Amino acid sequence: MEKEKHNFLEFAYQLYKTMKTNEISLVYEGEVTQEITKTFTALTEKNLSKSAESNTVQKKVFNVMVECLQNISKHADGLSEDDEDRRGIVMVSKGDDTYKIITGNIIKNERVEGLQETLELINSLDKKGLSDLFKQQIREASLSEKGGAGLGLIDIAKKTGSKLSYQFKELNEQVSFFILTSTIRRN
Amino acid sequence: MEVINIKGTDDTPNVILDKDSGQFEISGRSLPEDVNQFYEQILDWIDEYAKDPNDRTEFNFKLEYFNTASSKIILDILLKFEEIVEDGKEVVIKWHYEEDEEDMLEAGEEYSDIVEIPFDYLPYVDED
Repeated sequence: MEKEKHNFLEFAYQLYKTMKTNEISLVYEGEVTQEITKTFTALTEKNLSKSAESNTVQKKVFNVMVECLQNISKHADGLSEDDEDRRGIVMVSKGDDTYKIITGNIIKNERVEGLQETLELINSLDKKGLSDLFKQQIREASLSEKGGAGLGLIDIAKKTGSKLSYQFKELNEQVSFFILTSTIRRN
Repeated sequence: MEVINIKGTDDTPNVILDKDSGQFEISGRSLPEDVNQFYEQILDWIDEYAKDPNDRTEFNFKLEYFNTASSKIILDILLKFEEIVEDGKEVVIKWHYEEDEEDMLEAGEEYSDIVEIPFDYLPYVDED
């Protein structure tokens, strides 16, 4: 019992230290809903407005957070078939040159290939190419309810001007863990 | 026609649609997850308006933030006004963007590439 308590204290301290060293301002694991999205973006907006960050960077961080969080609340899969919660992890870190928004969520293995193709397509395009793809996708989305997959990811790539960094970790035969890092330059 | 006047929230915009006074405006933030629920009455209103539109419509977009789900709905709105243009009426989109906000200006330019409606781009300076 005593040992367990000590472990938790040690964990809390290590977490605090890691967060400080890496300038991580937010860590969350749990269900991602519109309420959570609103809370986190409002919190981040408030912190940014107190900083000397340019308006443009503040807006980009806010926009990218909204898209990342809404991607989870719309598209995340559960660990099993009867698990309907849209859960994920969310981290925001501030470095000397960049802000990073890191999100992770469960995805069914059968959807990995499609998502990977979308991500690779987005990463292969320049600013003009992204704009063209966005216009094409939004037109298709407007015509059908189903279309427009990946609009959020295209928007993140457009607004950050950085490649989307991602990883899939297979957890078992059914699902993988998808990690996406969006990088916003501070200058 | 009835007037739509919706006050904005943290994640939904101010909306004014008033045929008689010629005020058409969507402003503020549009970040709802379920965009259809919020915009349904607005799209319905525009469908009704399109049956007997004013000779000239100036539609103001003055958005601070909007998510990609909203960007699809904004296109839906613009496409409805494009039909009004095709019917021989005049429509102008007044696209307001905060000075130096390239992303918001570019968003307007992308829409104007898609729809056949003239756009005016109007930079503004944030008050605070």
